[in-house]
Order: sequence, then C-alpha cells, then structure tokens
Amino acid sequence: MEPLQIYERVKSRFGDRVLEVAAGKPDPFIVVDPAAIVEIGRYMKDDPELAMDCLSNESGVDYKDRIEVVYHLFSYKLRHTAVLKVKLPRENPSIETLENVWKSANWMEREIFDLIGVTFTGHSDLRRILMPEDWIGHPLRKDFVEPMEYHGISTVRESPIIRLETKKK
Amino acid sequence: MPLLNTLPDYVLTTKTDELLNWMRKSSIWYMLFGLACCAIELMHTGGPRADIERFGATPRASARQSDLMIVAGTLTLKMALRTRLLYDQMPDPKYVISMGSCASCGGLFQLAYSVCDGVDKILPVDVYVPGCPPRPEALTEGLLKLQEKMMTERWLARSPNGNGKQVAAA
Repeated sequence: MEPLQIYERVKSRFGDRVLEVAAGKPDPFIVVDPAAIVEIGRYMKDDPELAMDCLSNESGVDYKDRIEVVYHLFSYKLRHTAVLKVKLPRENPSIETLENVWKSANWMEREIFDLIGVTFTGHSDLRRILMPEDWIGHPLRKDFVEPMEYHGISTVRESPIIRLETKKK
Repeated sequence: MPLLNTLPDYVLTTKTDELLNWMRKSSIWYMLFGLACCAIELMHTGGPRADIERFGATPRASARQSDLMIVAGTLTLKMALRTRLLYDQMPDPKYVISMGSCASCGGLFQLAYSVCDGVDKILPVDVYVPGCPPRPEALTEGLLKLQEKMMTERWLARSPNGNGKQVAAA
C-alpha cells in the first residue's frame, strides 16, 4: 500500500484524532493526537491490511516552540512504510509508551528521554541510556548549555593555535 | 677499570637500576583499552605484521596485571570516570600511551557535549601518538619511545628528604 492510502485508512478509522495528513511532502506523514498514540499504534500493527509489524525508528525533535516524537513504521509482511508524528508542548513533554505494542520502542524511548527529555508514561525502565546517570539536562534540547566541568573534569580545551597567537603578542 | 678487564667473557656487568629498567621495558604488558576505531589499529599492532610482542609487549585483559594503558579512541565523559578507576587499579610502575587525536585532545569530537577533551585531563600521559588513527608503525614507535623513557628511570634513588618517594631521572 502507498503511504497516502495507509493514512486515508487510518484517518477513516480515527477521524478527528488524526490531526493532519501532510501529503505534499517527499515523505508524507500524519500528525496524530498524542492521547491516541497507543490506540492508533495497536490498530496499525493488528490491522491485516496494514500489518505494521516493525517500529524501525522512533526519534525526538526539538523545534524550539514544540517537541515532536516521530515514529517510523515498516511492514515486513506487506513491504510498506508509514510515518507518525505527535506534537508535544515544550514544558514537561509526556506521552504514553508504545513499548507494549512494539518491544523495540523500549530503548528508543529511553534514548529520547535521555537526549530530548520526553517522559514516556508506563515505560518499564525509563532511565538514561547514553549519558551518565548523574548527568544534568537533556543535551539535544536547543537551549542546553554545556556544563563547564563534569566530576572535576574540565570540558574546555584551549586550542594550541590560540595559545601560540597569544604567545606571539 | 683493571678489575673489569680481568673478568671472563661470560660475566656481564651492569647497574641495578639499568637491569631493573631493562627487565621492565622488555615485558610491557599493556591493557586492552580500545574505545573506538583506534582499537582496530591497536589490534593490528599486536598482530603479525607490526608484532609488538617482539618488544615484549603483550595484551592483558586485566588492569591489575598491566604496566601500560594504551588509551585507544574517543574518551567520553562517562568512560572517563571508569578509565580513572582502571588506572588506579594498575600496579606501579605504570605508564600511559595516549593513542590518536581523540585520546590526546578530543580530536574531531572535542566540541561534543559528551566527549572528554583528552585523556590527560584525568591521567598523567607518558607518550602521545598523533594520528587519526595512527598506523601500527606509529604506535610501535610510541612504544619504543616509552621504552627509552623507561630506561631513564632511577627506582633506587630516593628523594633526599627521605619520604620514600621515588625520583624519576631528569
């Protein structure tokens, strides 16, 4: 099935809860209601016409005025793809986990939590996955400020070229 | 030296320090510490073509059996604390080779939020090997430079104030 046909099918099933169908893009996607994400995900996985058996990627994006979580779905059975997006507020972004629909969401949601700071409610093990556990802040947020030191290790290294130039003067 | 000239050929003479240093430098056991792509070159250096076992250097999997830590690859801040822990576990005398740009100064990734800009922020480094990654020949050269440095150590000389701290030769 083509992506637009998939989206029409989801749209006809869920109506208003599919907020936007972005058709005129090189990679069309749909924006859905964050509250309905688990329902829509389960439908797209279980529906025999869609059979999205693989969540191949889940990622978070900081757009400065909002946070988006993007789900890339793939069907091994029917060889088609779909992209879901949800828009979340920048303050305390939170959405229900898809871990119970696709198991692979577990680590990808931990990564989004770690780097962007989205809280996934109902997640079985929501810990940082890449950064140290005592790290403060979410580094892929646009307003993240790098700390000057971590456990006494300075995070700044003076360039030797600058040092040479100051020596000349 | 008349006495030395009277000794038969099979008697060799040396200084205790030099004997100790010669033994140490001829059996450098280095800790396997591959962090990134430099580890591939580190493996090649231990392999048959460069073969640093010619110089007595052999890989060990445990910090407690190692004399040398070859920090090969990008050091993240998360790993930096563990690196320091492993370094503290190594028995004295211990040496560190910083292999490649990343370990020396953070390299390509030094502006990244997660990268420690150089292993010398947490450990004393004896030899820096530049390159991205350094070829096995370069690392072998680094090892030979370290051996030269080891031969200058004076382990039996104590500091004059008698606190037992060893004085490395100038």
